Amino acid sequence: MAKYLLLKHYRGAPAAGNDVPMDQWTPEEVTAHVQYQRDFAAKLQSTGEFVDSQALSQEGTWVSSGGEGRPPVTDGPFAETKDLIAGWVIIDVESHERAVELAGELSAAPGAGGKPVQEWLEVRPFYGECPAITE
Amino acid sequence: MTALVDEALLRTLTPTVIGILGRRRADFAAAEDAVQEALVEAVRVWPDNPPRDPKGWLVTVAWRKFLDAARADSSRRNRELRADEEPEPGPSEAADDTLQLYFLCTHPSLTPASAVALTLRAVGGLTTRQIAQAYLVPEATMGQRITRAKKTVAGVRLNQAGDVGTVLRVLYLVFNEGYSGDVDLAAEAIRLTRQLAARIDHEEVSGLLALMLLHHARRPARISRDGRLVPLAEQDRGQWDTGLIAEGVDILQAALARDRLGEFQAQAAIAALHADAQAAEETDWVQIVEWYDELVRLTDSPVARLNRAVAVGEADGPRAGLAALAELDPALPRHTAASAYLHERDGDPATAARLYAEAAAAAPNLAERDHLTRQAARLNSRLRE
Repeated sequence: MAKYLLLKHYRGAPAAGNDVPMDQWTPEEVTAHVQYQRDFAAKLQSTGEFVDSQALSQEGTWVSSGGEGRPPVTDGPFAETKDLIAGWVIIDVESHERAVELAGELSAAPGAGGKPVQEWLEVRPFYGECPAITE
Repeated sequence: MTALVDEALLRTLTPTVIGILGRRRADFAAAEDAVQEALVEAVRVWPDNPPRDPKGWLVTVAWRKFLDAARADSSRRNRELRADEEPEPGPSEAADDTLQLYFLCTHPSLTPASAVALTLRAVGGLTTRQIAQAYLVPEATMGQRITRAKKTVAGVRLNQAGDVGTVLRVLYLVFNEGYSGDVDLAAEAIRLTRQLAARIDHEEVSGLLALMLLHHARRPARISRDGRLVPLAEQDRGQWDTGLIAEGVDILQAALARDRLGEFQAQAAIAALHADAQAAEETDWVQIVEWYDELVRLTDSPVARLNRAVAVGEADGPRAGLAALAELDPALPRHTAASAYLHERDGDPATAARLYAEAAAAAPNLAERDHLTRQAARLNSRLRE
């Protein structure tokens, strides 16, 4: 088994197939979207492939060391142009193909007009433990 | 309270008791549930009232739990009637139930991940929590994985012998998972393989046990104190466990003497040749190449071919190694890293540095990525001087 991060972006990903900002959906559409993701996580729990899922707030801050004795540098309270992570699902699956299949399923969550959002999700493999056999 | 009960004993007895219930027509999942309940009872009762015959005690209690569960489930009425006709549990038989469990847990209908989880639970006697910790997934997730595996093998009787090769592959998977949390999966795999070797006489079981012991012997030297990966050639051989090496070599020699070579024996032979060298430069690379030839013949594995190319590079020089490498698919895991290493030995640090950096980007784990990045950095800083 190998772990994968399915990464959902607020910004920075290519435009979704059904690209309507969420604040212009009807409340029912938002509910259906959220429910789809909950069902998705529940399904993965029942197949033994779920590890973790979290949603992240929009407010993020870039931070870098300012050098010794100085405060860390930040880019201010407002994120303007950077990539923004909206949330993630971590899965533990048999193969990369399975990870891609599940990401595709998650991307099909219903959006505006009840049609699939078809947003782009990033699939990133975790580094595993160092296997005992390397020589 | 738990500390007062011999947990190792419970773990050893678990598969036997499941097996006995299975022979009395309990299906696997029901038997397993009943034994788990009996174990809970044992942990509660034994400290104050230790049984004279722990196995007999567990069989009796687990059988009662199984009957209780069968009675509670009205849809199982028929099974209960059948179960009641069975003889009362007496002294437990000496038949080899653990072995049947090994084969059940590696039933061909299970995916490798499920087979591993089920084997650790039913044969190893580990708790779901321990297995979940070892694999770094939530307990509920691992619980589901095991439940699904149990459903898959439900109805399979414990008298169907499976394929030893599958059992060995599962044990090797467990071994390679390494360790985390409170369970050392490599040690667990060795424990299970020892049990298997004690029960069936098969040269490849010995081969795998020898291979595990020889690799395990080198583990203390493989990762440095600050968590860095230490390549074989740079390992402090004084840290190798000579006791394990001697045992592994003995087991391997007895297996090889039977003259039925298999892939695990060939791999163990290579590991033994490494273990035998007092210093990296004393390694008998010529003989190692010969064993890789055997391994390639037995498995036709691309990974074995890749390792063979590296060994050829040591035996006949980096040019020969690069020539062997050139015949293989560049997309193979660690192909780029091997190429980088051989180019460096061939006196081309610029190409080697570029390839090390490329290999680092594709490394399968963090320790390896850091190691390869360090190699690239070492060569690049030397090139700048």
